[in-house]
Amino acid sequence: MLWIAWKMLIGNRAKYLGIVFGVAFAALLIAQQSSIFCGLMALTVSQILDVEGAGIWVMDPKVKYVDDVKPMADTHLYRVRGVPGVDWAVRFYKGIARARLEGGSYEQVILLGLDDATFIGAPLNMIEGSIDDLRAPDAVIMDIVGYRKLWPDEPFKRGRIIEMNDRRAVIVGLARARKTFQSFPVVYTRYSQAVRFAPPERKVLSFVLAEPAPGVPAAELAGRISAQTGLQALSRDAFLAKTIRYYLLNTGIPINFGITVGLGFLVGTAIAGQTFYLFIVENLRQFGALKAMGTGNGTILLMVLAQALHVGFVGLGVGVGLAALFGWGTRSFSKLSFYMPWQVLVITGVAVFLIVLLASLLSIRRVFIVDPAIVFRG
Amino acid sequence: MPPSALQSPAVHVRGVTRDFGSGDAVTRALRGVELDIPHGELLMLVGPSGCGKTTLVSIIAGTLQPSGGEVQVLGHDLVAMPPAARVRFRRSNVGFIFQSFNLLPALTAVENAAVPLIIAGWSRARALPAAAALLDRLGLGSRLTNLPSELSGGQQQRVAIARALVHDPRLLICDEPTSALDAENGRITMELISGLAVRPDRVVIVVTHDQRVYPYADRIATMEDGQIVSIEARRRGEIGAPSHDK
Ligand SMILES: Nc1ncnc2c1ncn2[C@@H]1O[C@H](COP(=O)(O)OP(=O)(O)OP(=O)(O)O)[C@@H](O)[C@H]1O
Ligand SMILES: [Mg+2]
Repeated sequence: MLWIAWKMLIGNRAKYLGIVFGVAFAALLIAQQSSIFCGLMALTVSQILDVEGAGIWVMDPKVKYVDDVKPMADTHLYRVRGVPGVDWAVRFYKGIARARLEGGSYEQVILLGLDDATFIGAPLNMIEGSIDDLRAPDAVIMDIVGYRKLWPDEPFKRGRIIEMNDRRAVIVGLARARKTFQSFPVVYTRYSQAVRFAPPERKVLSFVLAEPAPGVPAAELAGRISAQTGLQALSRDAFLAKTIRYYLLNTGIPINFGITVGLGFLVGTAIAGQTFYLFIVENLRQFGALKAMGTGNGTILLMVLAQALHVGFVGLGVGVGLAALFGWGTRSFSKLSFYMPWQVLVITGVAVFLIVLLASLLSIRRVFIVDPAIVFRG
Repeated sequence: MPPSALQSPAVHVRGVTRDFGSGDAVTRALRGVELDIPHGELLMLVGPSGCGKTTLVSIIAGTLQPSGGEVQVLGHDLVAMPPAARVRFRRSNVGFIFQSFNLLPALTAVENAAVPLIIAGWSRARALPAAAALLDRLGLGSRLTNLPSELSGGQQQRVAIARALVHDPRLLICDEPTSALDAENGRITMELISGLAVRPDRVVIVVTHDQRVYPYADRIATMEDGQIVSIEARRRGEIGAPSHDK
C-alpha cells in the first residue's frame, strides 16, 4: 500500500514538485537563518576560541562577556599564581586601539597582548612570517582578513608601519584569526608592547589565562581562584557560555532571527500545507476508491503520513542542501558568518517534520470522512 | 461453501430506507426496498435518474449504511456489522465497476488491476502476475504497462473489470458500466462481465440505463422513487425493454 501511496504522490509531477518546493523553501529559510544566527553567536566567542591551551580565564568580577574588558591591577597575576592547583598563569591584554595608517587615516583594531615569554594566545595559523618575529622591537602580527581590509588588493609587505598611540608598530607577519563580532582587524603583539600601544590607563591587565595542574578539573580550580582572589575565574567553556548568554539576553539578535525562523516556519507550513492539502483533496476520489475496495482508515492514515514524510525528507534535503550551498557560496564575504552545526540540522528537521505533520493532519480528516460511495458518482 | 448455503438468497434486503440530509432538507432516497437475489444471478437494476439505484447498490456493497431495514449479503448482516468488519467484508467479497472507471491515474494497467490483491496483503511479486494473467484474458495483454490516460475508454473499463474480479469476489457491483462507452465497447464489456463474473456461487448486480445490455440479465428490477416496483424474469438473450420501463 505504501508503494501505491508513493506512486500516487509522484504520479503528478507538478503537484509533487510544488509540495517539495514548499517544504524545501521552509527548510532553506529555517536552516539558513539558524546558521547565520549560529555564525553570529560563534563570532561573539571567536576570541575565546582563538586562545587555545589555557583552561581558565580570570577577569574582573564585573565582566559580562569577552569584549567587556575591565582592566585589573597587574599584581593580580601573582595572586592567581599563588592559588594551589594552578599549573601556570600568564597575562593577556585585549583592547581596542586606534591605528594610524601611512596615509594618515585612522582605523580601529583589536589589540591582543601575549605573554612575552610564552606567547599564550598566539594565532595557531601563520600565513606570513612566524610567531617568533614578534620578539623584534615594535613587531606586530595582523590577521589576514584585517590586512586585506586595510590594504585591499595589495600583497603583504613585511615591515609595513602603522602607528598606535603615537608609537610605531611594524607588521612582521600575517595570521589567520576567527572572524570577530566587531569585525575590526586583529593585531597581535607582546604584552609589554601592547600596554604602550594602548591608550594610557592606570590599570591595564585584561585577563589572566591560567591552566590547572594535571588532574585538577578546570571548573573546580576556577571556583577556588574566585574564592581566594575575589576575581571572576571561569573555565573556558563557562566563559563561552557566559558570553553567548549575554548576547542572547541583551541584544535583539535572538529575537530578529527568531522572527525570521518563525516566519520561515509559517510560510513553509502555509505553502507546504496548502499544496499538500490540495493534493489530498484532488485525490479524494482515489482514496474513496481504495476505501470502497476495502482499505481501512488506519492504512489510509499510514499512506498519507508516508506521503507527507516523503515530501518532508526530500524537501529537507533540498532545503538544507541549498542552505549549505548558500553558506559555501558566501564564505568569502567577510560580513556574513555562516555556521551550520548539527544542531541546526536537528532543528530544521524537527521543524520540517512538524510542518508535514500539520499538513497531513489538516488533510487526513477529509480522507477519513470521505464517503467510499463517492466513487459511484460520475 | 456447503450447498445449503446457496439455497438462502445471496442478497436479502427488507424494508430498507435511506435518508440524506436532515430536518426540512431531508431527501428520502429509498423508501422500503424489498429484494432477494439468489446465487448465480445477474440482476439488472433500472429506473429513472434519481430513483435510488446507486444508493441501493451502495448499501448492498457495504459502502453506505441504510437508515432503516435489514440487509444481509452472503450471509453477513451488514447493518449490525461494525465499520471495521464492513471494510474487511468489502475487501474480500465485493468487486466494483463504476461508470467513471475510477482507476488510479498514476498506476499502470496491471498495477491498477492488482490493487485489490495488494489491499488484501499480497506482495507485488505475486499480485502483478495474477493481474497480468487476467488482463491477458480480457485482451489487454499488450497494454499492461500503459497508464489509464494512455488507454481508450473501453480499454480502461476492461482494466476496471480485471480489478473488480482479480480477487475473486462473490459480489460484483456494476454501476452504469457501459454508459461511458460506445455500443461496441459496451457490448464487449457486458460479454466479459457476464462471461467471467456469472458463476453459481456469485451475484452480479448491474445498474444501467442502457437498454442494449438488457439481454445479459437474468432478472430486471425496476425502481421508481425509492422503491422496487417490479421484477421481471428474463431468459438470457431475450431482447427488449422490461414492460414496466417507461
Ligand atoms: N450523498 C447524498 N447526499 C444527498 N442526497 C443524495 C446523496 N446521494 C443520493 N442522494 C439523493 O438520493 C436520491 C437517489 O440518488 P441515487 O444516486 O441513488 O439515484 P440513481 O437512481 O442512482 O440516479 P442516476 O440514475 O442519476 O444515477 C436522489 O434524489 C439524490 O439526489
Ligand atoms: Mg446512479
